[in-house]
Amino acid sequence: MSLLSVNGLSVKFRQRHQDLVALHDVSFSLDRGERIAIVGESGAGKSVLGYALVNLLMKPGFIDAGSVQFDGRELTKLSPKQWQGIRGKKIAMIFQDPMVTLNPVLTIGAQMIEAIRSHTRIAYKDARKLAIEKLAHVRISAPSQRFDQYPHELSGGMRQRVIIAIALLLNPEIIIADEPTTALDVTIQAEILQLLKQICADNGVALILITHDFGVVSRIAERTFVMYAGRIVEQGPTLEIINDPQHPYTQGLLNALPQMALPGQRLNQIKGNMPPLNDQPSGCAFHPRCPYAEERCRQNPPGFVYSGVSTVACYVVEDMLSEFSQHDGDDSYE
Amino acid sequence: MSQELVLNAHNLKQHYEVKQGFLKPDATVKAVDGVSFTLEKGKTLAVVGESGCGKSTLGRMLTMIETPTDGQLNFLGEDLLALSKEQQKELRQKIQIIFQNPYGSLNPRKKIGSILEEPLVINTNLSKSERKAKAMEMMSKVGLKPEHYDRYPHMFSGGQRQRIAIARGLMLDPEVIVADEPVSALDVSVQAQVLNLMMDLQQEFGLSYVFISHDLSVVEHIADEVMVMYLGKVVEHGTCEEVFTNPKHPYTQALLSSTPQLSSDKRRQRIKLKGELPSPLNPPSGCAFHGRCQYANDRCRTEGPVLRTTDEAHLIACHAVEENRLTEVSGAA
Repeated sequence: MSLLSVNGLSVKFRQRHQDLVALHDVSFSLDRGERIAIVGESGAGKSVLGYALVNLLMKPGFIDAGSVQFDGRELTKLSPKQWQGIRGKKIAMIFQDPMVTLNPVLTIGAQMIEAIRSHTRIAYKDARKLAIEKLAHVRISAPSQRFDQYPHELSGGMRQRVIIAIALLLNPEIIIADEPTTALDVTIQAEILQLLKQICADNGVALILITHDFGVVSRIAERTFVMYAGRIVEQGPTLEIINDPQHPYTQGLLNALPQMALPGQRLNQIKGNMPPLNDQPSGCAFHPRCPYAEERCRQNPPGFVYSGVSTVACYVVEDMLSEFSQHDGDDSYE
Repeated sequence: MSQELVLNAHNLKQHYEVKQGFLKPDATVKAVDGVSFTLEKGKTLAVVGESGCGKSTLGRMLTMIETPTDGQLNFLGEDLLALSKEQQKELRQKIQIIFQNPYGSLNPRKKIGSILEEPLVINTNLSKSERKAKAMEMMSKVGLKPEHYDRYPHMFSGGQRQRIAIARGLMLDPEVIVADEPVSALDVSVQAQVLNLMMDLQQEFGLSYVFISHDLSVVEHIADEVMVMYLGKVVEHGTCEEVFTNPKHPYTQALLSSTPQLSSDKRRQRIKLKGELPSPLNPPSGCAFHGRCQYANDRCRTEGPVLRTTDEAHLIACHAVEENRLTEVSGAA
């Protein structure tokens, strides 16, 4: 049984006249110790998904339908009290900006102790020992000195390490990392990614990495989910998706990277922008920007098909597959 | 030289005095410490480095937002720093800047039309209708529609706002555009649109770009020349191809190896850097990079390296490169 399984999750934001749909029918599963990535541009709903998983959606947002099962336990029905035993303890979160996540008026140590003692009954001395141990674990130099320092005394990379150490304090089973390295310089980013990957592997922690950067994804995730306008449009093994993307949006996204064009040549751009929540296109949400869009793409959203490489929601891919299977007679591409 | 020289900076410095306390002496932060380069018409010079290396300060000096504390800055043969205020104002029109965050750089209470026309109101005597015609023309050049003229910035997406910022930069027919991280805040698909636009405009108007960025994959794509900065100093400077295919300075090598690559065959062996960027208040002695460099020896710790030509107009400031110490250590490691 998978550790986390999400089924048909829909999130809406309540507005005066209509409810805006931020997540449409999102389903995926995560095994113990597995590392997956949720990729998409701003407005794709990837952060909303992260928040929905740990019940941190802010007021007008609410889970409209679907289920989130963690270790066989339904999470969407939990009371706030019950959530306290899960969030931070079993499922930890790491956010983008380490400057905002840490409290500037408390020492690193105080924040770590608070995190430990709000979940477990443990003496201050033992909590301190545990905190320093975790700081050393994320390779912070002189951990017992850092323990008494304030966040502003540390650099950005150090702060993000502290955040990871805090996330690890209670030995979580899942870490959800929302753009953990976006605010950092490339040299630091590479180190933090390496650290995250290793920590997950060492401790058997599963990782959900939320990012916009395929370069980051390729370094760390085993499976990748590409999101567009609140839907998963393509999912599969990371390498396969990067080497042979099937959905026109994934193709466009990867082709738009500067590495994909010769220096000085025009980049391959996707025309248009991600649609806003209050103006979602009918049918396949990508059709206004899709070079292959046809009439039926405008009418009904496509279902998922397995392309032999990844699972894709696209009529064009579906057609190509059925053509192939006709040509090959009995040869099944399933 | 076959090409026209647009910008010529020599030994530019920007030092800030920082108060440390009542009795302590003031400290000096050398944000930019002796940067020299030339920029030809229609070319792109990229300035890369981590945060705090002085690349944005350099951009602000080139546009005269800040006056350099020392050095020379020649624009089309005129020494910008020696001119009177009036003359400076004239020439400054020809060097424009585009900022990183299009949410912060556009006045939210002004319509696009008046944002675009403001440079003309301040610097020219054009009539109202002429100004509008010029703004409309520029809007179509950057891919905005005529009806956008009467809209406010909040009605646009990030990519469109950056188009507006680019259009505003072009209103006074500049020669040089300093672009300070122009696409860092944009999504990948929109980033491609804006980069394409910048390349098109460069062709059409013969613009020269100083492209400040930390994103090496973007730089590799757009730049003719690359200048790598570390703690206020240039450590490597050469043609884009030279620097990317044959990086010499240990810092450049580490930067390149840290950049996420999609395909594993293009991925370089990652060079780990020890520690982080040192404080500019208290920079290390000798070569500023020595604390993080695997090739550092005693000479690096005491004597600061100067930029030296190796071959094919490739400048490097590194004792280890000069003494040919690079290969042996990496072979042993």
